[in-house]
Amino acid sequence: MNENRNKIELLHQNYLQSLKIEKRWVRFYQLIILAFVFASWELLSRMQWIDPLIFSSPNKIWKLFFEKIQDGSLAANLGVTLTETVASFIIATALGVIIAALLWWSPMLSNILDPYLVIFNAMPKVALGPVIIVALSPGYTSIIANGVIICVIITAIVVYTSFKEVDPNYLKVLQTFGATRFQCFKEAIIPASFPTIISTLKVNVGLSWVGVIVGEFLVSSRGLGYMIIYGFQVFNFTLVFLSLFVIAVLATVMYQLVDLLEKKLIKE
Amino acid sequence: MSFLKVQDVHHTYFTKALRTTALSNINLTVEEGEFVSLLGPSGCGKTTLLSIISSLLKPTEGAVLLENKPVATTKNTIGYMLQQDYLFPWKTIEENILLGLKLAKQLNPKTRSNALNLLKQMGLNGGVEKQLPKQLSGGMRQRVALVRTLATEPKLLMLDEPFSALDYQTKLKLEDLVSQTLKDFGKTAILVTHDIGEAIAMSDRVFLLSSRPGTIHKTFEIPEELRKLSPFEARNHFLYSSVFQAIWKELETLERKSE
Ligand SMILES: Nc1ncnc2c1ncn2[C@@H]1O[C@H](COP(=O)(O)OP(=O)(O)O)[C@@H](O)[C@H]1O
Ligand SMILES: [Mg+2]
Repeated sequence: MNENRNKIELLHQNYLQSLKIEKRWVRFYQLIILAFVFASWELLSRMQWIDPLIFSSPNKIWKLFFEKIQDGSLAANLGVTLTETVASFIIATALGVIIAALLWWSPMLSNILDPYLVIFNAMPKVALGPVIIVALSPGYTSIIANGVIICVIITAIVVYTSFKEVDPNYLKVLQTFGATRFQCFKEAIIPASFPTIISTLKVNVGLSWVGVIVGEFLVSSRGLGYMIIYGFQVFNFTLVFLSLFVIAVLATVMYQLVDLLEKKLIKE
Repeated sequence: MSFLKVQDVHHTYFTKALRTTALSNINLTVEEGEFVSLLGPSGCGKTTLLSIISSLLKPTEGAVLLENKPVATTKNTIGYMLQQDYLFPWKTIEENILLGLKLAKQLNPKTRSNALNLLKQMGLNGGVEKQLPKQLSGGMRQRVALVRTLATEPKLLMLDEPFSALDYQTKLKLEDLVSQTLKDFGKTAILVTHDIGEAIAMSDRVFLLSSRPGTIHKTFEIPEELRKLSPFEARNHFLYSSVFQAIWKELETLERKSE
């Protein structure tokens, strides 16, 4: 009996050990790929096998990175873009939930708006960028609006669908206690849809980056999107690559943060 | 003057494809303090009738009067426990049982301690109130749901197949507990069930429903001797099996008619 338990204990230990080893190998190969890509990029560029003017090189990008940190321009542009992105995905999520609430509140309204939502959702929203910038005048507002418009409708549709899928018997319980429609919304609809709302937040982090970067392309005065466009115009592709790396890192960090938030909130 | 009066109720559900007449020509009265059962096969309209009595559903025809007033005008006087517990999974047990009081803005220290006491009376103590519904067994959840329904002190209590999802032993125990609690509070109650034994053991009267459309086929008065006993004792009384036989025979004739 005891012996048997020891044996199972041992097997479990072995299993955990093997998982650990496997994970280490995965990490190892990931680092190898990274090192290989950067090393060959550097090499190819130095040997002039690829055009260093277009493809730059890791070393040049790294040097530029320090230059831009020292003159403070990277921090300034990064701050601008970060603020715009965070603002736009929070506004988009909030606005999407509010629209979903209105649609849930009035089935009539939801029937009336249905075709417009479909059209608006199908439309490539970045195409609206020039119109938004002209309407709101170039600047923060129009860039944030560009980010918002990309995610708001899909958020509204996804959240509204989850509102509708809440088990009607929960509403019935509330109605037996004489609950008003607002009380039903607060006590059942919102808490039941909370996981969906958090997961749209996650999708919106990615989408709002697209909107904000495109907005900065168009407005072309500040931000990481502006750095890309500027680098492109003056044929400084080291600057373009630097901006791309910074964006990749920031977007990943932001996504992971929201992911962490989701795990924390859903567990409770 | 009866406590509850259901008058000529008729209900048809309309959908795009079809119309289903769920109830037809329902007339019944329930006296104050009485415990009655609605017995009938699945789909005969029992849940529909409870929804109409609780004014969640407006009947296509007919009226329901509670103490001579239309039910739609009497807020929070009817407690309705659904077929499953439907405890809110994100609320603690305490938040769940206080929900009715909160919605009716009657939550104060007194009603709150009443509700928590009721939970103890149902045999749920030892920190259960801070737990989440998923940490409780089916029988415990059902008791919590009953406490939630009773916490607002409804005058009439309706139970829709409250024991159908439980194992047999838990079910017998809960029958006794519910029966005793309702007697202690002098509540009027309507129980919906498809279990003949449960209907006999718990009620003063049994309405037998026939299906398609649901109508009251026959009413059985349960003998005084059985009413005095707890449900568990009643099941072992010699009169129990004769009432069982009588109801069984009626069900058979109903089945033959529908074939
Ligand atoms: N919302 C609804 N729409 C259409 N038909 C319904 C609806 N609810 C119930 N019915 C129909 O009405 C009949 C009675 O249903 P119900 O009252 O739930 O029966 P029971 O509770 O006795 O099982 C069934 O035939 C069912 O299909
Ligand atoms: Mg039913």
